[in-house]
Amino acid sequence: MELKSKVPSGPLEQKWDSHRFNMKLVNPANKRKYHVIVVGAGLAGASASATMSELGYRVSCFVYHDSPRRAHSIAAQGGINAAKNYQNDGDSIKRLFYDTIKGGDFRAREANVHRLAQCSVNIIDQCVAQGVPFAREYGGLLTNRSFGGAQVSRTFYARGQTGQQLLLGAYQALEKQIAKGAVAMHTMTEMIDVIVIDGVARGIVARDLTTGRISTHLADAVVLATGGYGNVYFLSTNAKQCNVTAAWRAYKRGAAFGNPCFTQIHPTCIPQAGEFQSKLTLMSESLRNDGRCWAPVKQGDTRSARDIPESERDYFLERKYPSFGNLAPRDIASRAAKEVCDEGRGVGDTGLGVYLDFADSIKRLGEKTVAERYGNLFEMYERITDENPYRQPMRIYPAVHYTMGGLWVDYNLMSTVPGLHVLGEANFSDHGANRLGASALMQGLADGYFVIPVTIGDYLAQAKLAPVTPEHPEVRAAEAAANDRMKRLVGIKGKRAADSFHRDLGKIMWEKCGMARNTASLTTAIQDIGALKEEFWRNVNVPGSDADLNQALEKANRIADFMELGELMCRDALEREESCGGHFRTEYQTPDGEALRNDDDFAHVAAWQYTGEGATPTRLVEPLTFENVQLSQRSYK
Amino acid sequence: MNFTLKVWRQANAKSAGRLETYAAKEIPSDASFLEMIDIVNDHLEADGKEPIAFAHDCREGICGSCSMMIDGVAHGPVKGAATCQVHMRSFKDGQVITIEPWRSVAFPVLKDLVTDRSAFDRIIQAGGYISAPTGGARDANEILVAKSDSDSAMDAAACIGCGACVAACPNGSASLFTGAKIAHLARLPQGQPERYKRVELMVAQMDDEHFGHCTLYGECQAACPKQISIDVIGLMNRDYIVAMATKTPDMAGASGHG
Ligand SMILES: Cc1cc2nc3c(=O)[nH]c(=O)nc-3n(C[C@H](O)[C@H](O)[C@H](O)COP(=O)(O)OP(=O)(O)OC[C@H]3O[C@@H](n4cnc5c(N)ncnc54)[C@H](O)[C@@H]3O)c2cc1C
Ligand code: FES
Repeated sequence: MELKSKVPSGPLEQKWDSHRFNMKLVNPANKRKYHVIVVGAGLAGASASATMSELGYRVSCFVYHDSPRRAHSIAAQGGINAAKNYQNDGDSIKRLFYDTIKGGDFRAREANVHRLAQCSVNIIDQCVAQGVPFAREYGGLLTNRSFGGAQVSRTFYARGQTGQQLLLGAYQALEKQIAKGAVAMHTMTEMIDVIVIDGVARGIVARDLTTGRISTHLADAVVLATGGYGNVYFLSTNAKQCNVTAAWRAYKRGAAFGNPCFTQIHPTCIPQAGEFQSKLTLMSESLRNDGRCWAPVKQGDTRSARDIPESERDYFLERKYPSFGNLAPRDIASRAAKEVCDEGRGVGDTGLGVYLDFADSIKRLGEKTVAERYGNLFEMYERITDENPYRQPMRIYPAVHYTMGGLWVDYNLMSTVPGLHVLGEANFSDHGANRLGASALMQGLADGYFVIPVTIGDYLAQAKLAPVTPEHPEVRAAEAAANDRMKRLVGIKGKRAADSFHRDLGKIMWEKCGMARNTASLTTAIQDIGALKEEFWRNVNVPGSDADLNQALEKANRIADFMELGELMCRDALEREESCGGHFRTEYQTPDGEALRNDDDFAHVAAWQYTGEGATPTRLVEPLTFENVQLSQRSYK
Repeated sequence: MNFTLKVWRQANAKSAGRLETYAAKEIPSDASFLEMIDIVNDHLEADGKEPIAFAHDCREGICGSCSMMIDGVAHGPVKGAATCQVHMRSFKDGQVITIEPWRSVAFPVLKDLVTDRSAFDRIIQAGGYISAPTGGARDANEILVAKSDSDSAMDAAACIGCGACVAACPNGSASLFTGAKIAHLARLPQGQPERYKRVELMVAQMDDEHFGHCTLYGECQAACPKQISIDVIGLMNRDYIVAMATKTPDMAGASGHG
């Protein structure tokens, strides 16, 4: 199969405009004849559902949460980028485009990224109109902060709760449409499968999480906005329920999975405290605006931070990357922290930590200003660690945070299964091998407010869909398969809790397919996961019934998919014989330890096509062409 | 650390519930309250017993999922924290801890500690938004908002919709939740055109959902993990009076409560 990116021709700056002009439209009166299913109501899904229903499409929206307001997007802290150039510091759409392509280590599609930068300015306007309380200057204008990988201030924020406020804006727009009857909302309903008829996505199979009832839902198009899969590592900054099931079932129904090995390890998270730990907590990247990263110069230095004199501190980011300093991109900052700890210079009980120090900023700005900027983050830190970051530096360590990989989509955000569209973190599209801070919120909202509402019309206007009924054999078969799977899981009655398998999977992935990977580690990981999978289906214990609210069953069902995904991630990492962005193969590095890309052989997207249970999936390739930027070794020195 | 837990177990909305006793053994003091329950649940599951069902997701105090009465206090002993932000170091070794779901007629128990809080969504549906369909918004900096207004709007907007205010209120009132959304939007220039219609519709919906009436006990503010001030209830009440006084026949028709 060939991957058709459907990038419009013409100059980069005009592609989106001319594409919008050339697309087929559905006339207003006909829109209500079309039914679109949206799975997910995070930033991407809520904005898409609200906007498509405003246009007149009939929308049904499904989430496993008890309210759309609880999607994982709510947890985003730091901010959202937009090329507004309100600071007059030389920003522009072109610069945001360039920073994002470079930040992604030249592994993203130029046309998508440029469109993202174009939409960014409209996002801020839209959100302010909805009443999102972004931070402001005394004069009443919007203010900005800086994020990693950029030398301009273009990040808009609402204290440390930007994701919450953006999501509430989209959620409120969605609730308004629900009240009007324009969106049918299904909360606590988990998608279990995609229904594909004659090669086209026509609906989903879902499980009511309160009653356990499996049901089928048919539509003219399906949109997945189901978030990322960072929880394959068990410990990550993602919310506990984030999972890959929707995307994985789509993969198994024919949607190619793009760059699964591209995961982001965030440099500033609170270090793990013990085996009991259930998740890791992010300390927003915005902290690096005013915090300085350092580690002791000496190995095994056990003095408390304040007793270590200036001369015996290594401000390693400032030393290695003088022009970006503490605002080096995430992949680079994470590796630098790991390097310091690998050298035996880490801090804290485990030695897996470095300092993020605010003493200088407090001296320069005063405690009040620092508290105003980061108060809630400092509080969160103190609550978890019982240490006061105003008095002693924070201890931080990298943690899994985001997945750049996801279902492959074309320029219209459609997967390789016609009619199945994918938005937000669930798709692979805009961040290449590394995402810059404050760009995920931007992408989710660009996809949902501004891209899919237009491109879906082009699809529907041309789709020529035959009617389907719930009695269709494919619908029946998908429903039966979902029921069988649930019954099988509760029927195993082994000896281990589902979570214990998840922890084991997480360890394999972190150690062998984490911040550093190589042929040997990846090959053993694939074997280890195979063995774990085998034990899971023999020895997991899922108590209770499938016809009930059963959280153990929900977990087991998701973990089974995570194990299969983990295997694919390792396979993808193994085949990509280069280092780029968050994908660091120890065999491929420059003499000073930076990622060494191989543009001759790997300037492409790898998208994996499922070929059946137990069979090796096919690796499809979408070559990336760069016409507007010069491929270069990324330098933040 | 070791604890004895008395946990509310209830099979579903229709059945009666009861407190069951569990031993929580060898719990690290750095574990969070939910991690303590994870440990208990892992043992239950491995033994083939049904784990304690509870709502949770972000585990960092922002999604509003977690919702437990811990020894009769919504979200437990730590001020300004959601259940997921409480750590076992806040308890004494050997302590007996009673864990129950939110108690409110408006939040029926679905199972164990999980309740149905969809009434909150319906209050938002009634009017908790600014009508601004996608597209056509003017440049964001054309709307000036005084920093103090923006800050106080944000104070109210910080609500996570957990329902602790309702659970803590002797009357089971949802006034803090509803007032917070009303205040968030009323404190911004963008929120003015719909200001009075919004308060009228949201208050009517709140009454329809069987929440109790607010008599300003102030328990809600004390239980709120985001420490939202009851000032928002004052604002809501004032706006409601204005809305009633200036109500036009057209608005009465729109609300369905005329
Ligand atoms: C702690 C943290 C902080 C962050 N901070 C920032 C930041 O400051 N700036 C930034 O740009 N990005 C940030 N990010 C990243 C960003 O928050 C996410 O990438 C983004 O919010 C994802 O949005 P989404 O809409 O794609 O998915 P989500 O918000 O994850 O939503 C997924 C939705 O899908 C539903 N769903 C999933 N699977 C199913 C299924 N099978 N059936 C039914 N429903 C399903 C869920 O119920 C949910 O509604 C942060 C991430 C984390 C972890
Ligand atoms: S789990 Fe999200 S607020 Fe507690």
